[in-house]
Amino acid sequence: MSTTAEKPASQNGGPPDDGSRKAASRAGEQVPGRTRTKSRKVRRLSRRDKIVLGVMVGLPTLIQLLFVWLPTLFSIGLSFTRWNGLDVADIKQAGLDNYEFISQNYPPFWPAIQHNVLWLAFLALIATPLGLLLAVLLDQKIRGSKIYQSIFFTPVMLSLALIGIIWQLFYNRDSGLLNFLLGTAGTPQAVDWFGDSNVNIWAAMIAATWRHAGYVMILYLAGLKGVDPSLREAAAIDGANAVQTFFRVVFPAMRPVNIVIVVITIIESLRAFDIVYVINRGTNGLELLSALVIQNLIGEGQVIGVGSALAVVLLVISLVPIVFYLIRTFGKEKEA
Amino acid sequence: MSTIARTLPVQTGRTGKTGKRHYGTHIFLIVMAAIWLVPLVWSLYTALRSKEDTDKYGYFSIGGTFSFDNFIQAWNQGGFSKYFLNSVLITVPTVLLTLLFASMMAFAVSRVSWKFNITLLIMFTAGNLLPPQVLAAPLFEMFKHVSLPYAVSDSGNLLNTYIAVIIVDTAFQIGFCTFVLSNYMKALPDDLTEAAMVDGAGIWRQYWSIILPLCRPALAALGTLQVIFIYNDFFWPLLFIQSGDRLPITTAINNLQGQFLSNYNLIAAGAMITLIPTLLIYLVLQRQFVAGLTLGASKG
Repeated sequence: MSTTAEKPASQNGGPPDDGSRKAASRAGEQVPGRTRTKSRKVRRLSRRDKIVLGVMVGLPTLIQLLFVWLPTLFSIGLSFTRWNGLDVADIKQAGLDNYEFISQNYPPFWPAIQHNVLWLAFLALIATPLGLLLAVLLDQKIRGSKIYQSIFFTPVMLSLALIGIIWQLFYNRDSGLLNFLLGTAGTPQAVDWFGDSNVNIWAAMIAATWRHAGYVMILYLAGLKGVDPSLREAAAIDGANAVQTFFRVVFPAMRPVNIVIVVITIIESLRAFDIVYVINRGTNGLELLSALVIQNLIGEGQVIGVGSALAVVLLVISLVPIVFYLIRTFGKEKEA
Repeated sequence: MSTIARTLPVQTGRTGKTGKRHYGTHIFLIVMAAIWLVPLVWSLYTALRSKEDTDKYGYFSIGGTFSFDNFIQAWNQGGFSKYFLNSVLITVPTVLLTLLFASMMAFAVSRVSWKFNITLLIMFTAGNLLPPQVLAAPLFEMFKHVSLPYAVSDSGNLLNTYIAVIIVDTAFQIGFCTFVLSNYMKALPDDLTEAAMVDGAGIWRQYWSIILPLCRPALAALGTLQVIFIYNDFFWPLLFIQSGDRLPITTAINNLQGQFLSNYNLIAAGAMITLIPTLLIYLVLQRQFVAGLTLGASKG
């Protein structure tokens, strides 16, 4: 909570503070003495200021409403209709038909839900702890820490689409490195890691972990730097060993970062799309909710209603971490 | 040995233990780092070899010669210059618009106190966290039903234009940037703008000449982060742009797999070319990028 407050302030120690002092002193010269006494009073804004402020708030808000929130509402609305996407006049009421269809007669739906849950579990139980472990190890005064950090962080810079292609080269049946290392390349036992519907979700999740762990690592490294060193010292004096100190003192002290990591992990697992789309458009073992939404929107058989119903399912699930995060972040401020 | 010797006098108390533990740590980190590099090194290795050599010796071999021929061939055959230009045409306006709108909004919610401050900030932050697929259908249909003169857009609507991608990318990223910038601006002392107000400075001058210059570190960090985010965006161009030659590079690489007809050496070279701009930014602006990522996360 207070970490950000400190961050800009500390960065102000440099040149920006100069500017602030200049601005303050400039004002001080012109109205000597009066600034201090009057500064706490709320000043009335001039007409012109109100217009300027209106534009400054109005423009971004309009963009946000028009291109994020209005479409979200439309998605909900369209999920109760039948439409081929051609003429607006053709939109027909359909009640809950679309939801009935996806839950009962749409084979990829339940596998997609399972895969999304699996994806979340994999990120939460493997990728995120791995990132935390790397951060804790690299936070020590260890030789070459910066080099290790750079290596683990490199995949974070890459798009998930590119990651899909790079791992495709690694996973390929006949030319990929993995099968050569396993000694199965060129034999009938060789596995097509991205093609075989029994294993491809695991292969894709490992590729996603490659990126997610580095992301978590960098956030936790920042979090660990923000932990007051006197906490560790106090724990050491009390006779706690390194593991106890970490789990009982350091980890709880990183609460703000922990919340962000939880939210990022959940959101990333719901947003997972690019990588499965690059591999096989999210079919044959790689069904995910996000990919099913798109399959119903683009391509020959446009079924906007079904796509929107899937989108609403995705929306409702996403609202859980979003609301959790908003309450954690803004709850305190609203009270204040 | 030398590490232990050096840390001994500094870390009193737990020195013996830490010295021993570091060996295991190093072994673990070296193994992990090696695993981490394998996919990239393999791609690079494949890209540097010719198709003839890999056909002759196999992909898992050391025979043959190494050259940048695949890179040159992939660049020319894949039309990379076109895709990179498209990426620039989308990324630059998006990042500038995002930072402009987000900083205006952040200024209004953090420096001026009024009724809907927090409500708006919540709306902006929540918007950024939605999965893009939730808004895909309505946005697609909205853009399809906006009629534009054919002189502006050859599709007659907003589909297949950069404008569509730029608007939506901007709308999506404003939320995150507003959140980060408003936290940053809140931490700047109140006296700054109050003094300027006494000085007779209007809202715009307070924003543009006082607050914004002080936010330079945050803007630089966010700018770097956004360049990478937008450059890496795969989904919106996929949804809005139908003509293959208008795609930005990140979305276009998906088509290269078909274009290069399972010539893995060429695909690998293409992947490596796509990676170069990100790697350059990483090397030059690593600190900014990391600062941008952590700026948003340290607030909880």
